[in-house]
Amino acid sequence: MANLNNTDSLNAVLVRLAFFILPIIISLAISALLVIAVDRDPMEVSQLIWEGAFRNQRSQAGVLNLFITLVLVSIGLIVTFRAGLWNIGVEGQMMMGAVFASIIPMAFLQNESLDPAAFPQPLIVGGSILLAMFGGILWATLVGILKIYLGINEIFGGVALNALANVGAIYLISGPWEPDIGGSAQGTAPFPKETLIPQISSEFPTSLLMLVICAVAFIVVTFMLTRTRWGLSLKANGLNDRSALLLGVATDRIGMSAFWVCGALAGIAGSYRALFTFDSLRPLASGGIGFLGLLVVLLVSIRIIWVPLVAFIFAAILSGSTRLRISLQLDSSLASVLQGTLVLLVLLSNGARDAWFRRRNTTQPDQSGEI
Amino acid sequence: MDDALLNTLRSIVANATPLVIASLGETVNERAGVINLSLDGSLALAAMAGFVAGLTTESIWVGLFAASITGALVALLIAFASIELRQDQVAVGFVLTILCADLARFLGQDYTRISGPQIRRLEIPLLADIPFLGPVFFQQNMIVYFSYILVFVTWFWLFRTQPGMTQRALGERPEAAFARGVPVNRYRYLYTIVGGLLVGLAGAAYSLNVKPGLSNPPSMQGDGWIALAIVIFGGWHPFRVVFGAYLFALLRAVSSDIQTNGLAIFGQDIEFNFVLLNGLPWTLMILSLLLVSSGSIERLLRMLPKPLQRRLRAFLRSDPPKAIGTRFDNDS
Repeated sequence: MANLNNTDSLNAVLVRLAFFILPIIISLAISALLVIAVDRDPMEVSQLIWEGAFRNQRSQAGVLNLFITLVLVSIGLIVTFRAGLWNIGVEGQMMMGAVFASIIPMAFLQNESLDPAAFPQPLIVGGSILLAMFGGILWATLVGILKIYLGINEIFGGVALNALANVGAIYLISGPWEPDIGGSAQGTAPFPKETLIPQISSEFPTSLLMLVICAVAFIVVTFMLTRTRWGLSLKANGLNDRSALLLGVATDRIGMSAFWVCGALAGIAGSYRALFTFDSLRPLASGGIGFLGLLVVLLVSIRIIWVPLVAFIFAAILSGSTRLRISLQLDSSLASVLQGTLVLLVLLSNGARDAWFRRRNTTQPDQSGEI
Repeated sequence: MDDALLNTLRSIVANATPLVIASLGETVNERAGVINLSLDGSLALAAMAGFVAGLTTESIWVGLFAASITGALVALLIAFASIELRQDQVAVGFVLTILCADLARFLGQDYTRISGPQIRRLEIPLLADIPFLGPVFFQQNMIVYFSYILVFVTWFWLFRTQPGMTQRALGERPEAAFARGVPVNRYRYLYTIVGGLLVGLAGAAYSLNVKPGLSNPPSMQGDGWIALAIVIFGGWHPFRVVFGAYLFALLRAVSSDIQTNGLAIFGQDIEFNFVLLNGLPWTLMILSLLLVSSGSIERLLRMLPKPLQRRLRAFLRSDPPKAIGTRFDNDS
């Protein structure tokens, strides 16, 4: 009997493994077919993506820079998903982070009497990041108010506020923050060096400070989710609004707090785009990373422990794919297609796996494990 | 009547057409209880498929067909994931939003900014000569005429036929429909695919008519979300949905007119950064959803005389179908 159970559980493990690996293989195969469909060689493409991501220190730093922003928004989104909220507005929260992070640098740019070198850099940069968090929280609060107090689904509130955040950024770039020369909608003038987030070295241009912030965010949020009453309330809220209410969880406050955490982290990610990646404020500063974060979180089924690994792989593919245009005149959207296909297939495969086990359990009720 | 004004109104009707068709399509599947959240992506993908198919075969019909099938396939995927695999419709729909938009960009990369086939104008004899109405509504093309017919067919089907009533039951109380012998999930497949066909057609209405060709980012970016919001604003009622789509197109035309010609009120030029006008559709989206979700319609109704109240309430009610977005398990 014990042997039978062992082979049984071994089978179960194999089936789980198959449902885990299949979507990866199929999504790679589909992407390869798409590459063939546009008359390019899949092997050459994968080679280029690999080189694009890891060929030298600079490209590796590029991967890390995407990773930093992606991991921050993904951790934030874990929190809102736990509370049962679809924070599509994360893109806008990132953009607002970038806008608010630009306030101090712009103040230095526009007042020649102010010399950034006269202030300690940690104060300037720290202040900018705090402002960015405030900007992200502000935008998340709007989504939260619309959702919790005015009954507008957070998906629609989020989509609209994403667009409005971008309109706001373009307004600033083409209006009050317009560069003196060559004024266009491309971006503000480059920020003074002293206001930017410092890099490790010019050979390895990424930020140690931000990597530390990512690690801290990961540890703190994991702890909060698993070891505090707040984490439990979030989960109760996510599972069922009504039962959470009956358990004495203030659903409106807990939902809003989830938005705030996500908004703050998205704000930090936005500050990194403005104060490191671009050295200026640009339209669509979030660059779709917020949406990619949503995909990451769906892929890992809201389990925070897997976020760093998946975010790193996604960042590598995305960063590596930028070489496709230069070398093969191939649109870099291939990377996003691969990621989207993978997430879709993982969702479908999760469903198929559960259906498989469900069917087995109903045909063999004795082994359902509930006895 | 001023020719320029007639031209403007005519183009507003034409520009509203993809929104009309897409939001009616979404109304069809949401009334049956299935949300197809993927509109913003599937419109782009269908537009690409329709344009490329139309261009390579030099046939508008093939283009329209390819676009519709594309929309239907995406919708089918959502229905399949929800019904067979018990996955969240919103999650699958969101992933498809992103994936379809990226696919459209990738597969359409060699076809951007080239001119291709366009649906030709087709004046309807007699009707086209009616003053005002003729030039605005009947000097259009077949896809616009199709949208007129679609509105009435959808309304008639939903509210005046037996199968239409069953369809609404799928979205309101599927278990009751099931108890009366309706194969709930089979019908949900059917209506989701029909909705998807229409969304696909709407995609072609962009790339073969309103905004001919492909561009990057796609010219209709954002319209999918707006169509989804219009369905809510329209209370899942075909006439109100269409009213919403036209209202939207009108306000968009006004805002683009201001961007090109400036704004003057009582002969006084109003100066401001016209970039801000791009935020108008989205502000409007929030405001219109606020209107239907905050109970303000109910408050407005109470100010009216009683008999009028009852009739208007039936038209203005905006509660979503009760079982929208939920799964129905035959075996439970």
